[in-house]
Amino acid sequence: MKSPVPKSSAESPRISRREGLQLLTGADLLGLGMIADRVRKKLHPEGSVSFIIDRNVNYTNVCINQCRFCAFYRSKGDREAYVLTKRRLFHKIRETIEQGGTQILMQGGLHPDLGLEYYLDLLRSIKKRFSIHIHALSPPEVTYIAKKAGLSVKDALHALQQAGLDSIPGGGAEILSDRVREIVSPRKISAEQWLKVMEEAHGIGMKTTATMMFGSVEGPEDIIEHLDVIRRLQERTGGFTAFIPWSFQPGNTELGEKSAEVRKRGGAARKASGLPIVRSSALLPATGVEYLRILSLSRIYLDNIPNIQASWVTQGLKMAQVALRFGANDFGSTMLEENVVAAAGVKFRVTVDDIMSAIEGAGFMPIQRDMYYNVIKKGSKGSRGQGR
Amino acid sequence: MSLKRIEKKVLAGKRLTQEEALLLFENDDIFTLGRLANHAAVMKNGSNAYYIRNHHINPTNLCINRCTFCAFSRSKGEKGAYELTIDEIINKLKKWEGSKKRHMPSTPSFSEVHIVGGLHPGWGFDYYLDMIRRIKKALPAVHIKAFTAVEIDHFSKISGLSLRETLIALKEAGLESMPGGGAEILGSRVRNKICPEKISGRRWLKVMEIAHGVGIRTNATMLYGHLETYRDRIDHLTKLRELQERTGGFQAFIPLAFHPMNTKIKKARYTSGIDDLTTIAVSRLFLDNFPHIKAYWVMLGEKVAQLALLFGADDLDGTIMEEKITRSAGALSGHAMTREQLINLIEKAGKVPVERDIFYNPVSP
Repeated sequence: MKSPVPKSSAESPRISRREGLQLLTGADLLGLGMIADRVRKKLHPEGSVSFIIDRNVNYTNVCINQCRFCAFYRSKGDREAYVLTKRRLFHKIRETIEQGGTQILMQGGLHPDLGLEYYLDLLRSIKKRFSIHIHALSPPEVTYIAKKAGLSVKDALHALQQAGLDSIPGGGAEILSDRVREIVSPRKISAEQWLKVMEEAHGIGMKTTATMMFGSVEGPEDIIEHLDVIRRLQERTGGFTAFIPWSFQPGNTELGEKSAEVRKRGGAARKASGLPIVRSSALLPATGVEYLRILSLSRIYLDNIPNIQASWVTQGLKMAQVALRFGANDFGSTMLEENVVAAAGVKFRVTVDDIMSAIEGAGFMPIQRDMYYNVIKKGSKGSRGQGR
Repeated sequence: MSLKRIEKKVLAGKRLTQEEALLLFENDDIFTLGRLANHAAVMKNGSNAYYIRNHHINPTNLCINRCTFCAFSRSKGEKGAYELTIDEIINKLKKWEGSKKRHMPSTPSFSEVHIVGGLHPGWGFDYYLDMIRRIKKALPAVHIKAFTAVEIDHFSKISGLSLRETLIALKEAGLESMPGGGAEILGSRVRNKICPEKISGRRWLKVMEIAHGVGIRTNATMLYGHLETYRDRIDHLTKLRELQERTGGFQAFIPLAFHPMNTKIKKARYTSGIDDLTTIAVSRLFLDNFPHIKAYWVMLGEKVAQLALLFGADDLDGTIMEEKITRSAGALSGHAMTREQLINLIEKAGKVPVERDIFYNPVSP
């Protein structure tokens, strides 16, 4: 591990939940950014920004959870439902490696017909053919696989690890507050269960990331709750490599459509929706200012998580550049393929060169990394503004 | 020299020098820069952030200039070339007008029409006068902001009128203000490289000076992020500040981020979001005699434009139905925005949304 894991007690004192809430609701954005930028500089003084070349492979879009914020899932039997064949999957992996990729991020829906054996076989067959890091199966999938196999999460994880699973993505966290989860994803695993899977994974030596999807129906307290439970777990395990906040994309989702209806037709639609959409603008997509506020706070609050990723997929490259001065030190994945956010109508088509050029343009040195933040390849340091 | 000294000057309302502007561009502390620029904006406009309901019309993409940074222009007969008749223009405007009228008969759906286009090789000056007259007649409540200095110069050439006579004729036809386009970078070193066929920087300023003189208020722009240096930008700002000192006719300054796609400037890339914000902020601080700084969302993208409201901008432009020029060069933004979206962006930035007319008078919705 090249990245320093900050000691919570080092130099600057850890901020409390109450202070976090005050910063989130009260501080001016530039003030918040300035603090976050300082924290980032202290943790990553070398002035570089990392990214990973990988591909998001969604092995299936069939999902029994059917979350209201999701535009990607289909029911089994739906005309657009699919499960990738091994042939297609291998082809995608081959392409990824050809383009300099070192990892695949593999996630799917909770498909009722796919059991532990399917996953074990899939992982083994990939590892047999390719030398590639497998970052796969978020906690809802791990939980579902374990349950269907009648195993404990720990035993299921162990089996998956033996078969080739290297690390676990932080998806499915949404907002780790059951009040919010009951509204936006009532069938998805609880906050406690999500944390449990991560704790077990860390316990058997697997690294994971953690995400947060904000901008749906949560309040500021829920965001603090989310950050706090992640920070507490990290204190015990140290297994999170990065935190990735991103914003809810309402396009083509049940939540987005219902809130648009409420905005258009008011009270009656609100009642019918059964959703606590309070203000008329409550579910417009989160704006850039809100994103940076959450990002900065995450950097400040999560003093024991080494890396914070900017989400160019949801924010666009320009905002992702700005995010590098509001706490982020990593550009995440190049996403040679991305389907889930694209399903919500948000598409930024971006090449590895675009990513490197964006990082340089923001005044940083781009570094290709692996999942553990080891350096694979260094670029050259850019100059802000006129690096032409 | 440090930011501290500049900070003192800004707080005391003192004018910044070119060297100080350079220091601001090169300084790494974007947070202090943003705060200072925001202070300057608040001193001018309080917490207001303006927007307008407007409609863009680009009458033709035929252009005799063919600037290297432009992805919009075409030559006659080239694929994708188009030219609108006056009837077509009025129909476009009426279509929007009509579609809204059914719901809200008393409110026009936009208060400004913004007209800029290529330098058409065949159209005479009368065509343009006629265009303005007929739009004004068809939509009397709508303000007309039309024609860049480059077009005005072209009209003067094809009509044989002086610049002053050209502008007076347009004003009499119904033109009420002018956009600030065609300024690009005013200094000749860069200008000769990126748009050798376009009028000189000096000529551009001359057109603006005369327009202000005959009572036409205008905007000013700067196209940045291609071949220019910070010093070129500052030189550009200085020229604008000097003219404004004499005429007071500029309303808003609008920094335009260069878009590289489909242009002939090969090496250039998109400007960084940080450069965009820095440029807005330095503009606000340096152009102390400009009432408004506009974060043009079509060029910056909605998210950076919103953030610019915290870096000295006080205007997001407007709803902009049918923008074509930036789109040709790979705009990163959506096609149009609703009032609801604009208001939301402004409120979420902690500013007060104010719908304005063409002269920045508040309009009650």
